Amino acid sequence: MSQAKQNIEKETVEKVQSLAGEKYKYGFSTDIDSEKAPKGLNEDIIRFISAKKEEPEWLLEWRLDAFERWLTMSEPEWAMVDYPQIDYQDLYYYSAPKSMDDRPETLDEVDPELLRTYEKLGIPLYEQEVLAGVKNRVAVDAVFDSVSVATTFREELATAGVIFCSFSEAVKEHPELVKKYLGTVVPKSDNYFTALNSAVFSDGSFVYIPPNTRCPMELSTYFRINEPNTGQFERTLLIADKGSYVSYLEGCTAPMRDENQLHAAVVELVALEDAEIKYSTVQNWYPGDEEGRGGIYNFVTKRGDCRENNAKISWTQVETGSAITWKYPSCILRGDNTVGEFYSIAIGNNYQQIDSGTKMIHLGKNTSSRIISKGISAGKSSNAYRGQVSIHRKADKARNFTQCDSLLIGDTCSAHTVPYIETKNPSAILEHEATTSKISDDQLFYCQQRGLDAEEAVSLIVNGFCKDVLQHLPMEFAVEAQKLVGISLEGSVG
Amino acid sequence: MSALLEIKNLHVSVADTEILKGLSLSVSAGEVHAIMGPNGSGKSTLSYVLAGRDGYEITNGDILLNGVSLKGMNPEDRAIAGLFLAFQYPLEIPGVTNMTFLKTSVNAVRRGRGEEEMDAASFLRFVREKAKALRLDDDMLKRPLNVGFSGGEKKRNEILQMSVLEPLMAILDETDSGLDIDALKTVAEGVNALRDTQRGMLVITHYQRLLDYIKPDIVHILAGGQIVKTGSAELALELEKSGYADYVGEVVA
Ligand SMILES: Nc1ncnc2c1ncn2[C@@H]1O[C@H](COP(=O)(O)OP(=O)(O)OP(=O)(O)O)[C@@H](O)[C@H]1O
Ligand SMILES: [Mg+2]
Repeated sequence: MSQAKQNIEKETVEKVQSLAGEKYKYGFSTDIDSEKAPKGLNEDIIRFISAKKEEPEWLLEWRLDAFERWLTMSEPEWAMVDYPQIDYQDLYYYSAPKSMDDRPETLDEVDPELLRTYEKLGIPLYEQEVLAGVKNRVAVDAVFDSVSVATTFREELATAGVIFCSFSEAVKEHPELVKKYLGTVVPKSDNYFTALNSAVFSDGSFVYIPPNTRCPMELSTYFRINEPNTGQFERTLLIADKGSYVSYLEGCTAPMRDENQLHAAVVELVALEDAEIKYSTVQNWYPGDEEGRGGIYNFVTKRGDCRENNAKISWTQVETGSAITWKYPSCILRGDNTVGEFYSIAIGNNYQQIDSGTKMIHLGKNTSSRIISKGISAGKSSNAYRGQVSIHRKADKARNFTQCDSLLIGDTCSAHTVPYIETKNPSAILEHEATTSKISDDQLFYCQQRGLDAEEAVSLIVNGFCKDVLQHLPMEFAVEAQKLVGISLEGSVG
Repeated sequence: MSALLEIKNLHVSVADTEILKGLSLSVSAGEVHAIMGPNGSGKSTLSYVLAGRDGYEITNGDILLNGVSLKGMNPEDRAIAGLFLAFQYPLEIPGVTNMTFLKTSVNAVRRGRGEEEMDAASFLRFVREKAKALRLDDDMLKRPLNVGFSGGEKKRNEILQMSVLEPLMAILDETDSGLDIDALKTVAEGVNALRDTQRGMLVITHYQRLLDYIKPDIVHILAGGQIVKTGSAELALELEKSGYADYVGEVVA
């Protein structure tokens, strides 16, 4: 056999092997010593977390108040998801790598095992590498279980006046900003999971963009759950001051484990006059196995407030992971002429359950919102779009366009669309379109006749179906997301 | 020398109904065969079973491509082996541009053959050239595959795919139906450009007209699931005058 041919065969074999192992390639776990709070949830645990983070008294009080409210609340039951009772006393609420105890100042001081984890995940923590590698630079905040491991490009961002750091650091270094905005978009007791998060939140990212500043690079946070039986409760707060612009992306992965793990995050966005925030998510938490064992319970509250005139907030999400997704990134269109957008791809395979959508609350005049939702269901999954468009009395000439498309693969999955529309102002113009389609055997056969195998064919068809949303992702993530779409549907046909 | 495509005593059932009932046919490299036959006689069934579509069960007989049986081989591997089917009813794929589809297809086939994938720039040039020859607007390459294409545009697009994939054995299922006279000539030119000593073609049609432009070496009449007559190009002319009455009768009897 010729050398060239041998090489090709070797490559082919390797490629096939890597594809086979790629089902959930982030499923490894990191073997590392962690410090945990004792199991269970009570005031002492909250004091423990707050003390660990050396928080000021006001924040501890804030947490305790949230905890008190949480005790009086109960889990929401309206979503189309079904899971066994969660025992909140059987979880760890704080876990941090021991090596993070004495706060490494530079990457060289960070535990190499942690650095290897991010390398394996493909997350660039070394600024030089980013600078050498790609055209578009991205600053990363890496959150591992309950702590932030590193935040890159901080100095360069600081020269532009941009603050990008972990939430814990922001509490220490910019308490006035945190105090001013924390909980102003998502109140502590907004729902059961926000109250829980407000009581025990661990780490997350903090972003502040000063007036009239265009953030000089993409910002991103990468969340990793590693410890078993540990909940992750991160909190992100992002403020775009007058006339500023920022594009932010978050990614999430977790090891494959047989038990379910809880993730209850809160994200608050504030856009002041003429500011624009573009917030993208590629959610790839471990979805569980083919039999529905394991996977993350993802109960997340994300909300953006277009607080002043002409502000714009745009959510783009690619949701492929998690056993359960309960998530409704929303916009409050408070200022006049404000704009809210929601672009979503939600993919369910095997036994995944998704209940996701958005809320567009029109309060100001001439406000407009746009919702494009693409739901894909395969295997035995269930996928519900739940969306609310609410036009308040003073919201003259509000407009909304909603398009909700569902794509079914096979006969054992389901898709639902649950729109709520309330209008208290007759000048509103609302459009709603919904479609449901199936990938037909004919389409698959057509693609196969042209040389694509069944999985490539599904990936191609689904990517076509999602195109309108994919194009809203930042360029550097769009390609990755396209691949993810294909991978998450592996095994859905044939 | 063995034939490029050899169909031996082929019996095919669809949903437990036998549609092809002992069909035999062989196409050598360099030949163009035409198949004509009444509606419902099994022409599309033949094309689907050659391409390996699910639900078309071979109960007896065999299909050999270059001496290798296609039985049990999945559709993509047949494509990689060089078999191409221009569909009677091409499918639409929303959101996937014609260009993306072509590229995915060509690269899938190349990968399957252990060849290197084509780089984006040279592929673009290659496709543009082919499209131009078929008088397909550049614009058509940017549109989602077959979505909103007119009947004739879809057929021309099938020929574009064929000329880009350069198959060993091409089957054209009624590619002429729905084409206006100019499009018919263009498509025929496209097909003729691919005529080659290495390549075989099976052209399914209802109309002698197409065969004025694509001169077949051999014409078969398919009726009642069998080849009932094989002849030269003249056979098509005869059919034009007398219809299928004689042949349909033969089978029923
Ligand atoms: N899925 C199916 N179930 C049952 N019968 C089928 C199925 N597919 C095809 N047939 C039948 O098989 C026969 C042959 O059909 P086929 O489409 O091959 O004919 P054709 O020669 O291509 O006809 P036309 O000239 O109209 O295109 C027809 O009687 C058709 O109804
Ligand atoms: Mg037919």
